[in-house]
Amino acid sequence: MINQYPLWKYLLLITILVLGGIYAMPNLYGEDPSVLVSLRNQQIDEATRTKIDGLLKQSSIQVKSSALKAGQLLIRFNGEDAQLTAADTIKSFSFINRNSDYTVALNLAPATPAWLQAFNALPMYLGLDLRGGVHFLLEVDMQSTIKRMESDIASEMRSSLRSEKIRYRGVKRENGGITIEFRDADGLEQGASKLKSLFKDLDYITKDEQLKVFAKITEKALLNERRSAIQQNVTTLRNRVNELGVAEPVIQQQGENRIVVQLPGVQDTARAKDILGATATLEFRLTEGTRTDWMNAENGGSIPLNAKLYHQRNGDPVLLKRRVIVTGDQINSASSTIDTQSGTPAVSVRLDAKGAKKMGETTRENIKKPMAVVYIENKVVTKEIDGKKVKVRTRKEEVINIATIQGVFSKQFQITGLESFEARDLSLLLRAGALKAPVEIVEERTVGPSLGKDNIDQGFKSVIIGFALVLLFMAVYYKSFGLIANVALTANLVLLVAVLSLMQATLTLPGIAGIVLTVGMAVDANVLIFERIREELANGNSPQASIHAGYEKAFSTIADANVTTLIAAVVLFSLGTGPIKGFAITLSIGILTSMFTAIMGTRALVNLFYGGRNLKKLSI
Amino acid sequence: MQILSGKTKIDFLGKRNIALSFSALLILISIFSLYSRGLNLGVDFTGGYLIEAGYTQPVELDPVRNALSKSNYSDALVQHFGTSKDILVRIAPREGVNSASISDDVLSVLKNVSADTVEMRRIEFVGPQVGEELREQGGLALLIALFGILIYVGLRFQMKSAFGAILALVHDVVITVGVFSVTQIQFDLSVLAAILAVIGYSLNDTVVVLDRIRETFRMQRKGSASEILNLSINSTLSRTIMTSVTTLIVLSALFFLGGEVIHGFAFALIVGVFIGTYSSIYVASNSLMMMGVSKIDFLEEAKEVAEIDDMP
Repeated sequence: MINQYPLWKYLLLITILVLGGIYAMPNLYGEDPSVLVSLRNQQIDEATRTKIDGLLKQSSIQVKSSALKAGQLLIRFNGEDAQLTAADTIKSFSFINRNSDYTVALNLAPATPAWLQAFNALPMYLGLDLRGGVHFLLEVDMQSTIKRMESDIASEMRSSLRSEKIRYRGVKRENGGITIEFRDADGLEQGASKLKSLFKDLDYITKDEQLKVFAKITEKALLNERRSAIQQNVTTLRNRVNELGVAEPVIQQQGENRIVVQLPGVQDTARAKDILGATATLEFRLTEGTRTDWMNAENGGSIPLNAKLYHQRNGDPVLLKRRVIVTGDQINSASSTIDTQSGTPAVSVRLDAKGAKKMGETTRENIKKPMAVVYIENKVVTKEIDGKKVKVRTRKEEVINIATIQGVFSKQFQITGLESFEARDLSLLLRAGALKAPVEIVEERTVGPSLGKDNIDQGFKSVIIGFALVLLFMAVYYKSFGLIANVALTANLVLLVAVLSLMQATLTLPGIAGIVLTVGMAVDANVLIFERIREELANGNSPQASIHAGYEKAFSTIADANVTTLIAAVVLFSLGTGPIKGFAITLSIGILTSMFTAIMGTRALVNLFYGGRNLKKLSI
Repeated sequence: MQILSGKTKIDFLGKRNIALSFSALLILISIFSLYSRGLNLGVDFTGGYLIEAGYTQPVELDPVRNALSKSNYSDALVQHFGTSKDILVRIAPREGVNSASISDDVLSVLKNVSADTVEMRRIEFVGPQVGEELREQGGLALLIALFGILIYVGLRFQMKSAFGAILALVHDVVITVGVFSVTQIQFDLSVLAAILAVIGYSLNDTVVVLDRIRETFRMQRKGSASEILNLSINSTLSRTIMTSVTTLIVLSALFFLGGEVIHGFAFALIVGVFIGTYSSIYVASNSLMMMGVSKIDFLEEAKEVAEIDDMP
């Protein structure tokens, strides 16, 4: 019997369609305005949730629901007004206000019902051009980082040559390296071997007749430096973005020396740029008094003249001596390591000669006393005063670490007693304050909320109208078979949306255009098949034979035609950026789902209606 | 309903000299225009700033231009975008200025122009370096796509057909890009994406015709090459037109309803679909004729292909 499908094929189709339906469905429910509260490196507990809920109730703000998920607190509201006042209210709660580890962010949470969430079904993830927000591409200026490295090495070389009593004429940082010039052949020989043993990350070329040694930072060291410069910037950017209160920020390395920052929902780009563009410095200071003195000072008690009140990241007060031991620019390197004695995570810090001297003096006199590291962020904020824009410098100081001095140290020391994530964070913050790798915005794409909304509305309108017109056209042109194709086209759209939701691929405006285009081109497979069937009928074949031959003969053509479009889509994906990738994704998935529905889907329906029957005529 | 009976007997190949001159003319105009006028490249490729702002009431352009040139932005291009309430400002990249702050600066100038509230709709800034990279990547993407397709078609069809298909493809791309040069409509990243989609679409069309040409050559015992080509084109004609129509329907929906941002993209695809449809009928077959295609070309490798064809 031709034109009959075994039962399992029908079951398979139905299963796929039902699954497709389930995973496409969350897109129908829209989103709740909500506030997301999170705590850095920690989980928010049930007690905090109850506390916040209670405080919101006191401020008579209507909460739709509040729930803990993955250590974050998500509070949903019935409207945007409630959401905005709630966010401001939560930020003003004293226990959140004084602890900078808390982030309070506005968010749009999918209003997917619980039974769908049980299937892990989520709506499509909307790109920045649809939800509004900022996209920055930042470039780390490696050139100046390398310059700084070379200067540091040059000055260390000078001091070690001096301490070894090797006579030299000069150590200069020149284009692409460091030149060391000696006075005589002996000095050259001694000096070169000494330097080679001390500074291992360099390639050396010795020019005997000129009494010179050229040293160049090795490729490997440069690569490491680039990697850590990026890492350090990603960390500091993440810290600063927290301050902006963004629910789902993306901060990622892209390529060799670039960082992508995406801040959905952020409208105030000037403020975002101010915050991202802040510069940081460091200060090492001794503490003053005892813990009790600190608490007293916090509660309005007296502060000694030689001290100043600071806060730690968790909001706890601490008194620090006004005298600064070492500043960030005296740090030559900072990295997280494992302490060789205790085997616990540690941060290793190296100071330059000037810093080492001061540190040595201080530690000698203050063994077993605590020393603190203050992280200072300077930023220029644009404020509107009397209708005029004024640039105001602001300074934010935070104590990021307090450690007890265990012995006398100067040039090199370790900060221990840290969790491994703390060691990593601290080393990156130390680097950020000390070894600035300047970043520059090289690309910005900001979409305002109104344009984002317009883009969604217009995008979906064109999908729906285009879809409806194609349905109408097919029904008129191919009658019964047209209706079958329409069922397949609808299934295709559902499957496409389901796959996009399942993959959590980012939907962009070009992505919607890809869906529209897919709808137009998806019928192509059916047109090919139907035209073949018509031809077979015109050649005088029986309806059943024509259906069979139509599907058979059209198959390789359909495959060929789709593979070529797929090639173009894959190229587009691999070379495109952001929104264009979105287009490539929807187009490629659309091609695959349309082949499935147009060939297997319609065949199932045709077989179901026409298979095994004695047909005189086909409505095609 | 059936617009084309499926038994059309239009003598396409008979008019091939007209088609040839038509294509040659379009290509010449395109190349000449690309050479003399170039493309109106968007910020994506040139680098620079693009600021779209929305007022609540229609806004005059001259006061905006004056205010901008007073604030050192005399090179700013100002135009309405979509409606008379929306304006679009384009500024070339400048050296030595803190790049990121310019867009905010322009926005504050726009806010001071009228008492009306101004809303930021879109800011795009592309640094010159990034612009150059996107330009290079874009060109590379076109070449890789063409090359990838050449390989695929070369494997699936014999050389003459593959050559014809690529010729049709280059023809479509050159003319579509040419239209953007002649009309000076802005050519940005999304238009480039559309051109790549056109490559896919146009080839899709051509492959269907080539497939049928191969099949007809193998089935028909008699008939000259031009008769067989004509027959193949006629028998796929109704499909070619149907698919173009449905695609054009959705593209029109996109063009008219999709909003200003997607205009260039939709336009490129519409042009591409027209040219692609035309080229799948004329260009590929024409080049086959000129290369002197005959039955032998298709019989040689018939066995290998037959196996692949039979796969379900």
